Amino acid sequence: MKKEGQIRIPSGCAISAAISRSGQRITGEKIIDSMRPMHDRSNGLGGGFAGYGIYPEYKDLYALHIFYDSDAYRSQCELFIKESFEVVKAEPIPTRKTPEITDEPLIWRYFVTPLRSVLASAQLDEKEYVTRFVTRVNSLMTGCYVFSCGKNMGAFKAVGFPEDVGHFYRLEEYRAYSWTAHGRYPTNTPGWWGGAHPFALLDYSVVHNGEISSYDANRRFIEMFGYKCTLQTDTEVITYIADYLLRRQGLTLEETASVIAAPFWETIGRMDEDARRKATYLRTIFGSLLITGPFSIILGFEGGLMALNDRLKLRSMVAGEKGDFVYVASEEAAIRAMEPDVENVYAPQGGEPVIVKVKEGQY
Amino acid sequence: MKRVFVDEQWCLGCHLCEYNCAYANSGADSMVKALKDRQIFPRVRVEDTGKITFALSCRHCSDPICVKGCISGALSKGTDGAVRIDRDKCVGCFTCILLCPYGAVMAGEGGAAIKCELCLENACGAPACVAGCPNRALVYEERG
Amino acid sequence: MGIDFIYPEFEVKRDRERCIACRVCERQCANCVHSYDEESGLMLSDESQCVDCHRCVSLCPTRALKIVKSDCALRENANWTTDAINEIYKQASSGGVLLSSMGNPKPMPVYWDRILINASQVTNPSIDPLREPMETRVFLGKKPDRIKREGDELCCELTPQLELSMPVMFSAMSYGSISYNAHKSLAIAASKLGILYNTGEGGLHEDFYAYGANTIVQVASGRFGVHEKYLEAGAAVEIKMGQGAKPGIGGHLPGTKIGSDISRTRMIPEGSDAISPAPHHDIYSIEDLRQLVYSIKETTGYRKPVIVKVAAVHNIAAITSGIARSGADIIAIDGFRGGTGAAPTRIRDNVGIPIELALASVDTRLREEGIRNNVSLVVGGSIHSSADVIKAIALGADACYIATAALLALGCHLCRTCQTGNCNWGIATQRPELVKRLNPDIGSERLINLMTAWNHEIKELMGGMGINSIEALRGNRLMLRGVGLNGKELEILGISHAGE
Repeated sequence: MKKEGQIRIPSGCAISAAISRSGQRITGEKIIDSMRPMHDRSNGLGGGFAGYGIYPEYKDLYALHIFYDSDAYRSQCELFIKESFEVVKAEPIPTRKTPEITDEPLIWRYFVTPLRSVLASAQLDEKEYVTRFVTRVNSLMTGCYVFSCGKNMGAFKAVGFPEDVGHFYRLEEYRAYSWTAHGRYPTNTPGWWGGAHPFALLDYSVVHNGEISSYDANRRFIEMFGYKCTLQTDTEVITYIADYLLRRQGLTLEETASVIAAPFWETIGRMDEDARRKATYLRTIFGSLLITGPFSIILGFEGGLMALNDRLKLRSMVAGEKGDFVYVASEEAAIRAMEPDVENVYAPQGGEPVIVKVKEGQY
Repeated sequence: MKRVFVDEQWCLGCHLCEYNCAYANSGADSMVKALKDRQIFPRVRVEDTGKITFALSCRHCSDPICVKGCISGALSKGTDGAVRIDRDKCVGCFTCILLCPYGAVMAGEGGAAIKCELCLENACGAPACVAGCPNRALVYEERG
Repeated sequence: MGIDFIYPEFEVKRDRERCIACRVCERQCANCVHSYDEESGLMLSDESQCVDCHRCVSLCPTRALKIVKSDCALRENANWTTDAINEIYKQASSGGVLLSSMGNPKPMPVYWDRILINASQVTNPSIDPLREPMETRVFLGKKPDRIKREGDELCCELTPQLELSMPVMFSAMSYGSISYNAHKSLAIAASKLGILYNTGEGGLHEDFYAYGANTIVQVASGRFGVHEKYLEAGAAVEIKMGQGAKPGIGGHLPGTKIGSDISRTRMIPEGSDAISPAPHHDIYSIEDLRQLVYSIKETTGYRKPVIVKVAAVHNIAAITSGIARSGADIIAIDGFRGGTGAAPTRIRDNVGIPIELALASVDTRLREEGIRNNVSLVVGGSIHSSADVIKAIALGADACYIATAALLALGCHLCRTCQTGNCNWGIATQRPELVKRLNPDIGSERLINLMTAWNHEIKELMGGMGINSIEALRGNRLMLRGVGLNGKELEILGISHAGE
């Protein structure tokens, strides 16, 4: 049976997110609670969370979260890490023995900063440096997989129901201003923890419910720019697209949404001249990054998140707010599990991004 | 009213209009039965001397000379504008043939005069010459 | 007679019970096959002149005619086929190079027919094209590597693009190889459909400058009809380096097809054979090509995209990589099945490679080099149907060029005798009495019908895959599976086998 990465595994899912506009940090309990009512959207073959603001003591260091198949692989990988980074702290990620979570690999985290001399000689900016390191490890090394590499944020994932995964990783011990969560229903047995979601690269994390029919068109385009789609999942390619458009091309979130969920030509034809020129320009250049097929994604990043549905809104997504918290999820029940008195509940239109930013300086 | 017009630019001189016309007005149910081994009596005639070929048929004039000259009252212009020959009244004098400035009236089988009647009286319903023209040289339309 | 004699390939079968001796067959056969015998009142046929063009068959009002392959046969021989034998007889008799028209008819693999398309089910819904928007609009041209901003605003400048309402264009067929009326039909149809047609290497007749916005003007090695106004007249300029039917050699228009109109449009003398040189004599290397591309861009003020058309040959991937870096905006690749008005038979049948394989390897190579977005790819060389278009786009093309399919819509019956200039359908001829037979009103209507039908089918196939914008299909190889292909073929095409 082919493993994830050797074969493409479509799946249906559940997603949710909670973010505080004022940067207030809460434990992972609420986000875990949000996944319970959506239990049936998963089949226990993958669950995960991403938290932002969870490592305030190390906020200027990159937090690498890595899976290892064995200690031997860990030693190998750590040698490689030390060649590129200064390791300030290295430790296993604290977990709790949970009967539903089995066959766990070694799970470690490292708080690192690029070695100044190596960074200088590579003549890259920090983020590109880290991205290339992670790409090399994940595509060339065996037995180890970096599944999170942002500053002051982290992804936590496993094979299992999301509630159990959250329990396993002791997420009630972390405090974050933004949480996203994912539960998976793959149609094959992935059997591998690295394949669960969210997918994270630098501070971008993506949780996704859907199956994109444009996958191979998107993949073959994005791989021209150094990215390697080793997992063959939608989420992975969406994350790389977000990184490419936002970080490398310098598009805004709205412009990125306009590329991924580009308006129909008919709609563009009805816009005013300025908007029409922009929309045509973006769609012409980045046509291969248009994502078709059902999707509802939540892109998390340092200081905010963006939720987006495909143009035809073929997957559910609901948003709501209370106080300075904004909630997004596949179902209203999930939101109410986090905040029973949620207000202004609505379903965003297909192609219309929901962008929430945390107040400047509060994160 | 709609009439048959010919565009000599597209007329190939293939004569299919003649055969389709003769068949349409024959009352037979197959072209072979209608036309095989007989002389045909089409109401459209292809003029094809030299470089230009041209399928000629009745213009259904607004003030038809043939009607004026018909001694037996066989020719008449109907309310729909079409000029028709009542075969029973025709005495075969051929005055109409002499009068028609276009040469659109012809001698038919048995000596009566015949001319295009836009297939309004036969099973076709719409001009067979137009339907059968392979190059749209004949069109059935209203002009001015 | 005697040693030169080759029994006619075709026989005319006339059903005497149906024939009404209307003489349409006689009037319409430019090869003088049929005649009417006054004495007996019967139609007679001289099959030695018959080319199986079906003009008489199509026009006979009682369906009394059929053309059959003669059963007067040489002894069966799988090694020395009748064709191979007859070709030797012809060469022994004439000492000449065999000349043929239209594309390679030999039984080589047609990869389109071994590729299957996906449909979405269960995990991903298919989309109904009759009820949901389904977009087939494409923009051909160079796309920039980076976006540009002025302050906070996006600077929306793009290099010139060609906008097509659907991913198909009419490929190059020169005025000379085909008739004025055929060109007119293509020009009208392209305008009405919102796509483009190509002048081919015969220049552009002044009557067609009006359709310039839907015209690609071609600059081939003979430079026929190329002057400043010509370059300005079109929406894009195509440099023809080669064509699929005859890679490595230039165009060939027999002198019989060169009358006054052709002579004036091509700027050559009447009656003399127009044989284009094999290479462009000012392009002997890739850097020379770059020079010509930029000369054309300078002449046209950088307002028109430049297309470079090449034949699919062995190292096509490396060649297109070079072209992509030479400043070309669009690369057109013509596979070995491409059609032609006239080409040496041996070159047409033995030189070049299938477009499916060429396309796949070119698309892969350009992506490996990170430059795929710098050019658009247009492919041709026997695109038979909308399914082929879908498969081509999924393999990586931006759009397809069709020529034979367009001629079929105009009435061509693929008798493959274009080089004689006696096309009974008014397409591949310059004889006025034959050109008349193609009424551009009918021709353009049929082309529009064909493209409309294909566009609808493309949308249906896209909807089935769960795709509603054609750009999401471009290069989307996971949507294809091969069947009956060996490992190497699958590897080159970059697709898996059905069942995987």
